[in-house]
Amino acid sequence: MGLFERIFKEPRWGVHPDDRKRPAADVPLRRLPPPERIYMPLHQHVGAAPRPVVQVGQKVRKGQLLAEAQGNISAPIHSPVSGTVAGIGEITAPHASGLGFAAISVDSDFQDRWIDTDPLADPFLLSPEEITKRTAAAGVVGLGGATFPSAVKFSLGRRLAVGTLIVNGGECEPYLSSDDRIMRDYAEQVVDGARIVMHAIGAREALVGIEDNKPEAIAAMKIAAMAHPEVKIRPVPARYPMGSDKQLIQALTGKEVPADARAAEVGVLVHNVSTCAAVHKAIRLGQPLVERIVTINGGAVARPGNVFAPLGTLVDELLAFCGLKVTPSRLILGGPMMGTPLVHGRVPLVKGASGILAFDAREAAVPKTGPCIRCGACASACPMGLLPLEMASRVRAGDLDGAVDFDLSDCIACGCCAYVCPAHLPLVQYFSHAKGELAARERSRLRTESAKRLAQARLVRLEREAKEKAEAAARRKAERNAAKARAAAEQGEPA
Amino acid sequence: MNPTSAMPVAAPHTATANSAGRIMATVMAALAPATLFAFWLFGWPAIYLWIVTIAAALLGETLCLRLAGREVAPALLDGSAVLTGWLLALSLPPWAPWWIGAFGGLFATIIGKQVFGGLGQNLFNPAMVARVALLISFPVQMTAWVAPLPISAAAAPGLLAGLHITLGGLPPAFDDIASATLLGHVKTEMSRGLGLLHILSASRVPSASLLGARAGSLGETATWLIAAGGAALMFLRIIGWQIPAAMLAGIAVPAALFHAIDPDRYLNAGTHLLSGGAMLGAFFIATDYVTSPSTPRGRLVYGTGCGVLTYVIRTWSGYPEGVAFAVLLMNSLTPIIDSTIKPRVYGRDRTGAALEPGK
Repeated sequence: MGLFERIFKEPRWGVHPDDRKRPAADVPLRRLPPPERIYMPLHQHVGAAPRPVVQVGQKVRKGQLLAEAQGNISAPIHSPVSGTVAGIGEITAPHASGLGFAAISVDSDFQDRWIDTDPLADPFLLSPEEITKRTAAAGVVGLGGATFPSAVKFSLGRRLAVGTLIVNGGECEPYLSSDDRIMRDYAEQVVDGARIVMHAIGAREALVGIEDNKPEAIAAMKIAAMAHPEVKIRPVPARYPMGSDKQLIQALTGKEVPADARAAEVGVLVHNVSTCAAVHKAIRLGQPLVERIVTINGGAVARPGNVFAPLGTLVDELLAFCGLKVTPSRLILGGPMMGTPLVHGRVPLVKGASGILAFDAREAAVPKTGPCIRCGACASACPMGLLPLEMASRVRAGDLDGAVDFDLSDCIACGCCAYVCPAHLPLVQYFSHAKGELAARERSRLRTESAKRLAQARLVRLEREAKEKAEAAARRKAERNAAKARAAAEQGEPA
Repeated sequence: MNPTSAMPVAAPHTATANSAGRIMATVMAALAPATLFAFWLFGWPAIYLWIVTIAAALLGETLCLRLAGREVAPALLDGSAVLTGWLLALSLPPWAPWWIGAFGGLFATIIGKQVFGGLGQNLFNPAMVARVALLISFPVQMTAWVAPLPISAAAAPGLLAGLHITLGGLPPAFDDIASATLLGHVKTEMSRGLGLLHILSASRVPSASLLGARAGSLGETATWLIAAGGAALMFLRIIGWQIPAAMLAGIAVPAALFHAIDPDRYLNAGTHLLSGGAMLGAFFIATDYVTSPSTPRGRLVYGTGCGVLTYVIRTWSGYPEGVAFAVLLMNSLTPIIDSTIKPRVYGRDRTGAALEPGK
């Protein structure tokens, strides 16, 4: 990239944190041997939780269905190991609250025996509908972290006649390199998966956006895509949050997704590189999504790198596999900019987990907050063009409507503002709090409204019933009178 | 797992190493060359006044924090009180008596800043609030300027004589170096009905060396060093280009226009830019984060307002200099500018409506 591009084409938004991807990104991929027991959570995606279809004590093979999808937006889960179903119960969710959620635990028999898969030689002979169906059955969800069921997006893309598939290889979060690794080691799978997705949504081209801090991935992907001119590898400037859908779409196509609209409405659909590889496996090999590449990184990790691990593996086991130098001061699921802090390591690896970070005390130090000096750094960093300082001052004062006037609803919670804030204000926390409050307010408004509607309906019903009763009484009275009159007339009609 | 990892912490889990203290320190470093030059130009009395003003600003800050029961050390260490005192000192007559600096410093941090709630809460620039309060309360002392007398010159007051001047006022021995600033001189002479061309060609015009050796406040003399410091701040992205550029243009454009119409009544643009607090104001005072708008377009509007008002006050009001008044007036508009001029949000047009998907 030349000086001209640097000055005039570099995005004006975002931040440039120290990416800390290396040396972890350069360490060859390692494979975690099947753990003794895995805990496969039911709910690992956006949408409804699937319904278990196995029983405790049942023998399962690797890839066997554990729970089937329920409803329009849902995804099934499959067993990541072969062995015996040990239980269906609660396990700590990968969430800051540390609350529990349902999971199916499977004891491994260490055989790693797959179900009978039926590999497919030419997926392009299948109809797009059939590919969508198979992708859904394989439990593929967005692996970049959004975890939206991929098949639902395929159908949406077909319905809105999307012309361009954007393959997201941005991976802008510091520390993470699982997408980098999949592009370096499995570039053919990614490209093939992207072509299958194109077929499924009817797209004419695929633009693979890769941040220019991953030259090895760009080179590998270019080689893999050489035979397929419709798959175009497009390096993009390394700038957080380039991996955010809206920003990547703008960088690659110049199009802006309208507020409150979906990307498909401007003719593009975004899928992550790891998702594409999962689609390749689901369609070509018939393998459901049961394992993923996860980056294990952070100052507390002895041998940081990427690990190919079965889903449902406990974070503690992954950390033990890579070794710990010190007791981690903070555990994070995902990247440092948007990741979720974990309360402990007995939390399962889920489909959307691209990284697990174990921070040492220095990395985990929380800087002291000070007052806002209105420097405006947050406003220039915001990739959405918002004014975080104005929203924050209103949220702090409890003026949620004021914050909404500053377009709080457009905030993507990328964390740029809080990252650059010289006063170290927890801005994202303010905004998440406000969004939660607003959602609660909306729910309570809906509840009040429906209660009001019910009360009104009851009044109307009581009124109607009273009226009907009165009418019935009047009618009976009239009938009685008429009968009386008739009787009188009969009596008064003597022979 | 150890208990710290159970502490709920919101994302992001990494942060910039930047801090308010670091920003203030950078601004002070950018001010240092100009200040040192001015120290050399005006000698020990100026150094003493600078020290007294900053000490008073710190004292005012400390008193208020104590009264409010807040932690004193972190607030003092962020450097904002020092910077306020420093900027105020640069806007005072260099040989002003100590109590001018003391009153100003206390006024700046107590009335200008802490009564609003401390750092980040004040509506008006504290240094300029104090300067205007001083100017209105003590017009004589605030307009008693001296011609430059470099610290290396034989006639310059030494360490003790300088202290004497700061504490005891100007001794008669130095009467002959009293001088008006160029803007002040022009204002006085024009009020006597003289034309500019006549005034400027007369023999007793205050010196107005381009290099900065001229009568005026500490921050008026070292114009080029002030501008260089400001440019460094822009390069370091501490300040944007919008406010300085707009403010200087706001002064220069009307100045050039009126000078072209009637050179006998209106000073030229160059003189306006190099005189008074134009440079200090444009780079260091109007750019104060707390009291200026936070969006690029808002800053352009604000900077232009500061510049034009400065020119208007200098030219048509009773005061020869108008930067402090102009900045305060525009400070009062900052909340309105910030709530009306917002950046365009991604996916929305300027009015805030969602874009058309078909576009």
